[in-house]
Amino acid sequence: MSALTVKELHVTLNGSHILQGVNFDVPNNMVTALLGRNGVGKTTTLKAIMGLVTSTGSITLNDQTISGVQTYKIAQAGIGYVPEDRDIFASLTVTENLSLAARGSEPHYDLVYSLFPELVTRGSQRAGTLSGGQQQMVAIARALLNKNQILLIDEPTKGLAPMLIAEVADSLMKVAGETTMLLVEQNLALVKKIAQHIVVMEQGRVVFQGGPEHLQDEEFVHSMLGVSGGRK
Amino acid sequence: MDTFTLITITGIGLGALYFLIASGLSLIYGLMGVLNFAHGTFLTVGAFAGLWISTQVFTTPSMWTFTAAMLFGGIAAGIFALIVEQLVIRKLYERHIDQALVTVGVALVVGAVLSGWFRNDPRLIPTPLWFINTFTIGSARIPVDRFLYIGVALFLLLALSAILKFTRIGLIIRAGVENRAMVTALGINVRIAFSTVFFLGGFSAGVGGVLVGVYQSGVSPLMSGSWLIYGFIVVVIGGMGSLGGSALAALLIGVVNQFANYYITGLGDFVVVFLLAAVLLTRPQGLLGKVMS
Repeated sequence: MSALTVKELHVTLNGSHILQGVNFDVPNNMVTALLGRNGVGKTTTLKAIMGLVTSTGSITLNDQTISGVQTYKIAQAGIGYVPEDRDIFASLTVTENLSLAARGSEPHYDLVYSLFPELVTRGSQRAGTLSGGQQQMVAIARALLNKNQILLIDEPTKGLAPMLIAEVADSLMKVAGETTMLLVEQNLALVKKIAQHIVVMEQGRVVFQGGPEHLQDEEFVHSMLGVSGGRK
Repeated sequence: MDTFTLITITGIGLGALYFLIASGLSLIYGLMGVLNFAHGTFLTVGAFAGLWISTQVFTTPSMWTFTAAMLFGGIAAGIFALIVEQLVIRKLYERHIDQALVTVGVALVVGAVLSGWFRNDPRLIPTPLWFINTFTIGSARIPVDRFLYIGVALFLLLALSAILKFTRIGLIIRAGVENRAMVTALGINVRIAFSTVFFLGGFSAGVGGVLVGVYQSGVSPLMSGSWLIYGFIVVVIGGMGSLGGSALAALLIGVVNQFANYYITGLGDFVVVFLLAAVLLTRPQGLLGKVMS
């Protein structure tokens, strides 16, 4: 069964038809990687799911229609979102960033602090003064605090040093076992490790959906993603 | 030295009034991106509400009456601001030019209605007799009302800062000033914060309206014009969305204005505009504002 179903999703921004009828499913309790070259519309797809850009088409979350719904209600319906540029609140402390995100009576601070123990010691530090890796931890932690039905995570390792990539990847792998995830990621080595389902986009459309074993095929990777085998 | 003391404290008092007007303007723009030209009407509505309660309800001038005038003026202006936000601005979020036009329209309509109702002659807000006294520092004799302006502005600065720092809605407002879209993506209905900011901004301007009525010896429907312009200048110099920035800029502008008026006779406004230009050229985000991405 699918946690998230996207049908005929169209987005036009500043006169450009960015998404041209995107269709795909995100299976329950799996990590789905949304792949494709730069500029094919992966980030826009996540923003459209969150209602952050105007779109047409149908989006359902566990059979509940969320297309056309206000962003805050989409998040409350059970979608955690980690945006591409992290978008942490730089002037707030780490603790304030987390408490802002916490909904309901029992936010999962235990889970968050067990995954990212560094956030405990840096609780009173302004988030804007953290390193890129630490900011990414805050961004992921915000999404994990609540009991969400799915996490949308956009390029979590982008711009991070190799050591930090390993750290973030390690956290994602721990999280992956506990929740449904739609992951946009250019780092194929990470995708191969954690994805159980892949969706490939090209020029605003989905051109492939299937298992991650296809990423072992050099020719597939080259033709679909324009890279050779992914970063190791 | 006496002149220096007098001008400095008068400038700080004037800055306190600027802060009361600019604080709400700054938060409203910082959080919602609304360039609110109706903000001056919040000041006028507050001043008239304060005048009404201190002449129609409490007939004996006293500090209690004046405190009630400030509170009632603030609450009336806050409610009026909330009505403007709910009925007019809420329908135009993200349509910035339309917002600017419609808030100019609200300002014109409210000004015209009040002019028709009360005429344009200034009306005095009753104040306790000791307001006309002076307080001696060294040998400088400072009018007592200057200290009142400073005290009220300081109290509101601390109260607003406490709301922003220690309450959930304050946390949402601070985060929303930085990145409104991300606040909504966390599942927070940011419009509740919008309404709160409008009420607080209206309240602050309303209290300011009563004090401006005392400062310029009268309340009239046309009283807000130059105060609104100074409010915008304070917001730009202080930094959009920064309460501390507004306080700092208001203080700076009040003092600079008074010194310029004294030493370069009558050129206070010119020097303030020069200061605005200098800040825009060297630090476009304002003294304590954040660079917008």
